Amino acid sequence: MCQVKVETNILEFNDDLAAHNRQHFRDQGLFVVNFMSAPGAGKTSVLEQTIRRMKNDYRIGVIEGDLMTTIDADRIAALGVPAHQITTGTICHLDARMVHNALHSFPVEGLDVLFIENVGNLVCPVEFDLGEDMRVMVYSTVEGAEKPKKYPMMFHESTAVLLNKVDLIPYAGVSLDELQRNVREVSPTTTIFPLSCRTGEGIDEWIAWLKTQIATRQRAEHHFPRAPLHTHTHAHAHTHVH
Amino acid sequence: MHEAAIAQGVLDLAIRTAMQNGGGRIQRIKLRLGEFRGVVREALDFSFEAIKRGTLADQAELEVETVKLRVSCSGCGECECSPRDYNFLCPTCGDPLQIIAGREMQLEYVDLE
Repeated sequence: MCQVKVETNILEFNDDLAAHNRQHFRDQGLFVVNFMSAPGAGKTSVLEQTIRRMKNDYRIGVIEGDLMTTIDADRIAALGVPAHQITTGTICHLDARMVHNALHSFPVEGLDVLFIENVGNLVCPVEFDLGEDMRVMVYSTVEGAEKPKKYPMMFHESTAVLLNKVDLIPYAGVSLDELQRNVREVSPTTTIFPLSCRTGEGIDEWIAWLKTQIATRQRAEHHFPRAPLHTHTHAHAHTHVH
Repeated sequence: MHEAAIAQGVLDLAIRTAMQNGGGRIQRIKLRLGEFRGVVREALDFSFEAIKRGTLADQAELEVETVKLRVSCSGCGECECSPRDYNFLCPTCGDPLQIIAGREMQLEYVDLE
């Protein structure tokens, strides 16, 4: 018998492809946001509100992830921006390969911002890097104040938490202070935006912050332009190994 | 059930290692999994048992070492501890705590015949 040391990340297969996706996005000058949440927290509604306010200033594309149906991609396409639905079947998260494959039939060349709406699930999506610039979590007030403590990983890994449905706080039996405190404890550096897609409250603050994030990245890219490491597009069938 | 994808990652890495080292059967696979990763041991074992059949790892045992979540404070340097109730604010100075262990997800070694 012999023992062979490996000491390799188990998700290396995903992380390698995520790095490949990230490089492709960088080459295109594309800012990519991965939206995560529980089912029903309002990811698609947040995206609709965000796109309405940004589509005149940015060229936006959306990749939607769901187990079944193209309902969400249809909602986004109705706003006049390109949308692509990944139906995962029984898989509870998006991984880097699904996003990579989607890019073959959904070219992102010429876009400024790509939103990826992950499958509604508080556990699995957080383990899979997609090559995004930023993770944003949507947490609706009606899910209860204990969610950050019960599912700490996703909160901890998100750059921003959108505290959606604040108009329902009077009916949810929670306080805004309590919700924010629990998010803050689990993820002290996360930026929190209380908002409501129904009333529009707080949306402008979230949009202003997102625009700042995009501009900061664009300035950094401008000052330190990258020589493209690879120049292939995803509009053709691959014959090379990734 | 992302454990199925993780189990597949374990199996692929282990078989690749076996092939690169003579192609012998795999007897044991040792993993290090951080507490602050969403991996459920039972689900991982179940997935691994299902996919290892008919492969070089079909007799392999999966051994898992769980790595405790540990944090430290870069602000005051006071705390190097396990956070209570997933509170990542330093109990001494209130600064954000940094994770120093508990996010591992590594295949450490394989034992080959």
